[in-house]
Amino acid sequence: MRFLFKTGYEQDVRLFKHGGQVFWYGVLAVVLLAAPWWAGDYVMTQLHFICIYSIVGFGLMMLVGFTGQISLGHAAFLAVGAYTEALMQAAGIPFVISISCAALFSAVAGLIVGLPALRLKGIYLAIATLAFNVIVEEILARWHSLTGGNEGMTVKPVRMLGYELTNDWQFYYLCLALTVLCGLACVNLLRSPTGRAFVAIRDSEISASCLGVNLAKYKTMSFAISAALTGIAGALYAHKIAFISPEQFTLFQSIELITIVILGGVGFLHGAVLGAAFVIVLPQLISIAKGWLPEGVAPTGLQAVVFGVILILFIIFEPLGLYGRWLKVRTWFELFPFYRRGMFRRQKSYMKSERLR
Amino acid sequence: MLSQILQLLVAGVSQGCVYALVALGFVLIYKATETVNFAQGDVMMLGAFFALTGSVILGWPYWATILFAVGVMAVVGMLTERLVLRPVLGHPAFTVVMITIGIGYVMRGVVTMVPGWGTETHQIPTPYVDDVWKLGGVIIPVQQLMVIAMTAALCAVLYLFFRFTRIGVAMQATSQNQLAAYYMGIPVRRVNMLIWGISAGVAAFAGILLAPATFVHSNMGFIGLKAFPAAVVGGFGSVPGSIVGGLIIGVVEALAGFYLPEGFKDVAAYAVVLVVLLVWPSGIFGETMAKKV
Repeated sequence: MRFLFKTGYEQDVRLFKHGGQVFWYGVLAVVLLAAPWWAGDYVMTQLHFICIYSIVGFGLMMLVGFTGQISLGHAAFLAVGAYTEALMQAAGIPFVISISCAALFSAVAGLIVGLPALRLKGIYLAIATLAFNVIVEEILARWHSLTGGNEGMTVKPVRMLGYELTNDWQFYYLCLALTVLCGLACVNLLRSPTGRAFVAIRDSEISASCLGVNLAKYKTMSFAISAALTGIAGALYAHKIAFISPEQFTLFQSIELITIVILGGVGFLHGAVLGAAFVIVLPQLISIAKGWLPEGVAPTGLQAVVFGVILILFIIFEPLGLYGRWLKVRTWFELFPFYRRGMFRRQKSYMKSERLR
Repeated sequence: MLSQILQLLVAGVSQGCVYALVALGFVLIYKATETVNFAQGDVMMLGAFFALTGSVILGWPYWATILFAVGVMAVVGMLTERLVLRPVLGHPAFTVVMITIGIGYVMRGVVTMVPGWGTETHQIPTPYVDDVWKLGGVIIPVQQLMVIAMTAALCAVLYLFFRFTRIGVAMQATSQNQLAAYYMGIPVRRVNMLIWGISAGVAAFAGILLAPATFVHSNMGFIGLKAFPAAVVGGFGSVPGSIVGGLIIGVVEALAGFYLPEGFKDVAAYAVVLVVLLVWPSGIFGETMAKKV
């Protein structure tokens, strides 16, 4: 059990609260930086995807986990980022500018979606974002001259500072750097008044507005930030996949993205990374499990079944997600032998109704 | 010209009826438990597969198939509520939405794994499959009229049920105020379970009506994503609203498919719902109550 004695204000501002954190994050950093040496091609690819999905996870976590808004349309932001990047790289625009534009255009799309969010709540917001996703997908498929329609378009490797990043490890470092940057940006944002306002909105809109939080401003801002992060991830995604077409950005992609947040743990930035890793690794585990099925049962639906069952079990038994599970394990060890089962029990609110506003 | 519009209208209304029935399932569950069941389309798909089992694999007559599928799905719906939804009672709405998405995944996956169902496209034979009515210059497939008639009949039955039976009135009371209903001695949990059963049964009925138009396959549940706008257009908490919403979406889609360029048909439902939400944030028939702070 560690006790933190705060003796100065700068201790509150520090990113790492104590030496243990510095040590473990240092170990993590070394392991990740050394990845090109210990990881094979296959693991490298998985790491690319984990980085990309982590950035999306950060974006969604800001929106869903910290501002309490629902979005079933994040694949659309991913698409905006990916297509912006693909088109700008095709036009020979430097990577730094093109990825900024990807973030910017996605943010603008986020603003557009955020506007109805001022009036809509809960399920109506979910359907508005869902509709947005379907419409964006259809536009991508129909705007043949720009996007190549359903045939899709190929994406060139990243060109940056005069070099072409063709190797896996070069792209890996790019992804890793951007993931760390986005993560730090989120951490810092959450410590700022803006982040506090987001959390206030999540916990109670009424009390937030009573405390002087401008709901309209902060909700749209949250949508824009979330969309911008997703746009950055979309740009990396486009380079990673090297071929983008509208059917990669369907509603089901959106649902998969949102499961990152749910499985990782709503309301924890770490959860975004854990969830991303889980969502990436799970299909591999499932494809291994396909060999165990009895004869005569087609394995096609196994992935959907396992995915659904895991989602259901997590929500019933571990609503705090993977990170919540880790917190519990850690607390168990820290407090040993005084851990009680009820320590993380959430309060149920039976009377919470969306019909009343 | 006029006859063309009439034909389109009938086709749109008949498609809209299916949307309306699925939307009705959404709304019933939402009114009772404030849960939005994203698996409604997949429940419908599962119902259609049970109908397929009855009519093709077991060779039963059409009416027996309908009873069988609706009955089985009602049981499935009740079991789902008991096993999956009740443990998360009182969780935030979005958590529950995610769990229903999980249910949808499981249903879609299971269907493709069951021997005899699989990923292929199937057909359920109907007694009125290829007949057409000619009224002047208007040619209307009997099947579309049957869909409309059967939807109307089901709505009438449901109306009578909710209006005149004891349990129906108890369900209305529960959907208006759970706590008050509980104090009045209504077994709220059992009522919610029954509501899920009814909703799944209605969805199975919708699946059977839809089967001749789109055939039966494991992805037919995606139509639930069009019924969703229908429920929202009508106002999520309103049963008549869901029917109206479904008809609006169906007709708009049919007209858009014919008069607008290709591609507009698929997004018409979503465009309509965005416009409606901009004008009426809680749907056309939506109820808005203000909370005093």
